[in-house]
Order: sequence, then structure tokens, then C-alpha cells
Amino acid sequence: MLLHDIALVFGRYARQTLRSRFQMLFGILMPLLYLLFFGPLLTDLPLGSHGSSWQVLVPGLLLQLGLFGAAFSGFAVIIEKQTGVLERMRVTPVSRLALLLGRVLRDALLFVFQSVLLVLAAMAMGLRAPLAGVLIGFAFVGLLSMSLAALSCAFAMTVQTPVEFGPVINSIAMPSMLLSGLMLPMALAPGWLDVLSRFMPVRYLVDAMRDAYVGEYATSSMLYGVIVALCFATLAVTVGTRVFRKAGA
Amino acid sequence: MAIISTAGLARTFQTKRGPVEAVRGIDLTVRPGEILGFLGPNGAGKTTTLRMLTTLLAPTGGAATVAGCDLARDPGGVREKTGYVAQSGGVDPTISVREELVTQGRLYRLTKPQAAARAEELAGQLHLTELLDRKCAALSGGQRRRLDIAMGLMHRPEVLFLDEPTTGLDPGSRADLWDLVRRLRDEYGTTVFLTTHYLDEADALADRLVIVDKGTVVAEGTPSALKLTYAGSVDATLQDAFLAITGRGPAPQDQTPVAV
Repeated sequence: MLLHDIALVFGRYARQTLRSRFQMLFGILMPLLYLLFFGPLLTDLPLGSHGSSWQVLVPGLLLQLGLFGAAFSGFAVIIEKQTGVLERMRVTPVSRLALLLGRVLRDALLFVFQSVLLVLAAMAMGLRAPLAGVLIGFAFVGLLSMSLAALSCAFAMTVQTPVEFGPVINSIAMPSMLLSGLMLPMALAPGWLDVLSRFMPVRYLVDAMRDAYVGEYATSSMLYGVIVALCFATLAVTVGTRVFRKAGA
Repeated sequence: MAIISTAGLARTFQTKRGPVEAVRGIDLTVRPGEILGFLGPNGAGKTTTLRMLTTLLAPTGGAATVAGCDLARDPGGVREKTGYVAQSGGVDPTISVREELVTQGRLYRLTKPQAAARAEELAGQLHLTELLDRKCAALSGGQRRRLDIAMGLMHRPEVLFLDEPTTGLDPGSRADLWDLVRRLRDEYGTTVFLTTHYLDEADALADRLVIVDKGTVVAEGTPSALKLTYAGSVDATLQDAFLAITGRGPAPQDQTPVAV
């Protein structure tokens, strides 16, 4: 029954997304600009990695795409609260967990799709990476998007207006991006910054993805990346479900 | 046997300025097949009560049974057997009427063919057939309202809750909606629990009225009984009775005529 409900809710949002080219493509604009106008600056810099600068930058851009995209997923929840759609669905017997998971899975899939486009663009710019590594990268993007979308939707349930929502999300997403070393690896950072960045879950994901992009799969970074991504996803979905279960939102 | 019964149903909201008792204790019963008008001034606790009875809001006190299910112990059962049409409706403007109806049916656990057939059937009854493939945004106010109600009827609920169903409708659409509500009761035995600010609507449509003020029931009875008791005559208007009950009549007229 839960799977039936998740499929149903997912289907509703997926059809909505498929109808909107704008929604499907707009998210890749920012990372694409970084790829085009920032990527070429790195080609000859020593980034402390075995691979090319593209193998360092592209994993970061993919996670940036997931980070900024998914962190704003909650906007849709606020709109549905205002149009009454959410409440109308909440009086049906549909599982509360499915109301969250259905939409969060749509988000994860959307950002993985955008990641594929971005990787294709990066290959045109000069990225070369093993297929397995690239696929592992998509899995990380999917997990991170799902986690952040769940937290974002949960937060959206507790605020009343987009005016409260936007600035808070922005002020979390921006430092998260910088502190996780998405643009440049934290290996270049001074000690204090490196220590600070270790409190950011995304830091572990990007390190693991950079290993995957140079074909190194059995590293400690990979192990930490997988553990952190899974724990973060579990935590986020638990928090999200708890908020969605609670009535009166 | 009542289809809805509540005892001391209450809801207190915790705010920064201290607790606010939106609903202090509602006791009411609704018989199967009854059209119940739930009236009260703004802020009397009507919508809060409705949100509790439809499982959207957990009560902080009291108990209620809706369609044979205990509100606190079996909210899932209540959801299966009741329909709710909120004041704001609740359809996505970018989605087609048919898709919203079918998805709604499937949220109520109908199979895909069942939901599709039910959507056609309801569209026929509610004059929405021509509009099935339009986007919800393209509907007029009256059409939107009929769609909102169709959404609440997909699963043939025993009880239908309507929150101010005719607010913002033109006179023709209101009359249509009254007919629809009467037909629901007459042909399907649906119990209808509706809130409204239009006293002519309550008078024309409801078998019985429950009037709430400041979070409790202050009067109940048939429209004529209320007029007789509170306004002195069955020929009085419901408006007079309502103002007498809620104690918010117009300020007493100044005896001296205004100088022209």
C-alpha cells in the first residue's frame, strides 16, 4: 500500500515536471555557467588531485546543482499549502510518508537527469572520467537531493510564506556550498577552514565523488562518503516524515 | 444513531502570547442523511472544528466519532468515509480537470479504471463533462466550485464537509449548488455538514442549524425553531435570530434624527 501511494504521488509530480521544460532545464543554468566561465580558469592550476581539473570541478558542480535545487524544493510545498492542494490530499487516506517520499523522489530524479546533461556538457568541454565513477556520482547526487528535498519540504511545512522561506534557505545553502569545497577542493584550504569543512556532510560526498571520477573506488574517502550520504538521507527522511505526519501544518 | 457525535471537542493553540482557545468544547450530533448548517460569527471556531472533524488538526480535548470511526484512534477510517471541501478548494491550476479527479480517486484507493469511470460519472452529474480536458485554471468560479465538490465525492463518502461552499459565487451558481447538495442527500443519503455566512442559504438548505460562538455551541435547532425561540416568531428572519443568539446586534439607533 505504501509503494502504491508513493508511486501515485510520484506520478502526479513527475507528470507535472514533464509538462514543464522550464522546470526540467532551468536548474542546470547556474552550474552550466560555472562550467563555461569558471572551469577553464582551473585547467592549469595545481588542485592536489591525480586527475584533470575537470575531474575535480565537475563532481562539485553536480553536488552544487543538487544542493541549490533540492534546498528550494519546499517552495512547491508552500504553494500547495496556499492553493489548498496539500490539505486536500491530507484528508485522503494516502500515507503521509508517501506524500513526502513521492515528491522527494521526483526531485531526486529531476536532479539526476540534470546532472546527466551537465556531465555531457562537461565532456564537450574536456572532461574524461570512467563510466563507473560517473554513475557513482549520479547516485550521490540522487541521495543528496533526496535528503535536502525532504528537509526543505519539512521546513516549508512549518513556515507560512515564501518570504520567510527563501532567505533562510539561501543563508544555509550558500555557506554549505563554500564550506564543502564544491568549487575547489578543501585539500587546498588552511587548517582551520579544513577543520570547519569537516562539519559539512556534503564535504564527504564531494571527496568521495572526486575519487570516483578518477577511478579510485576503494578509498577511505569513498567509505566516509557512502556512510555520510546514507546517514544523512535516513536522518532527513525521518525528520521529514515526522513533520508530514503531524497534523495541523 | 448519530453519524457524527462530539463531546467536549476542544482545540487550544499555543502562541507566543499564551494559549488561545479557538474551540472550547463542542457537543453536537448529526443524524445520517441530515444537512446540518454550522453557523457562527468570524472567529467563532467553525473552521477549526471542521479541521478537527476531518483529521487535519488533532483536538487538544474531548472526543468525537465520525462515520463510526473514533477520531483519535482511527483517523484513517474517518478519512476513508468522509469528504472535505475546504474554503479554498484545492486543485492545481496547471493540471487538467480529468487528471485531478482521477488522481484524487486513486488517493482514495480506487483502481485506475474505477477512478476514470467515477470521474466521468461525476462530471456528468456536475455538468463538468465538457471541461474534463481543460486545465483547472481555465474554469470559472462556479465551475471550480463544482470541481472542488466532485473531488470530495470521488469515493462516495458517507459524510461530506463543506466549508463556505458558496462564498464568491453568483446567484445562479449558488442555486445550482443548493440543488446539488439536496440531490446528494435525497439520492445518495449523504450527510452534509456545511458552514456558511449566508443566513438565507442556511435557512433554505439546512434541516438543522448549530450556532457556535466563542468556541462553544450557543444554540441549535431547525431554522423555524430558532426563529421562534430567539426572534419571537417563525416569520422573523434568521438574521434576527442569529443576532439575538450571538449578541452582536447593530448598535442601538440614536433616537434623535440626524439633522439634514
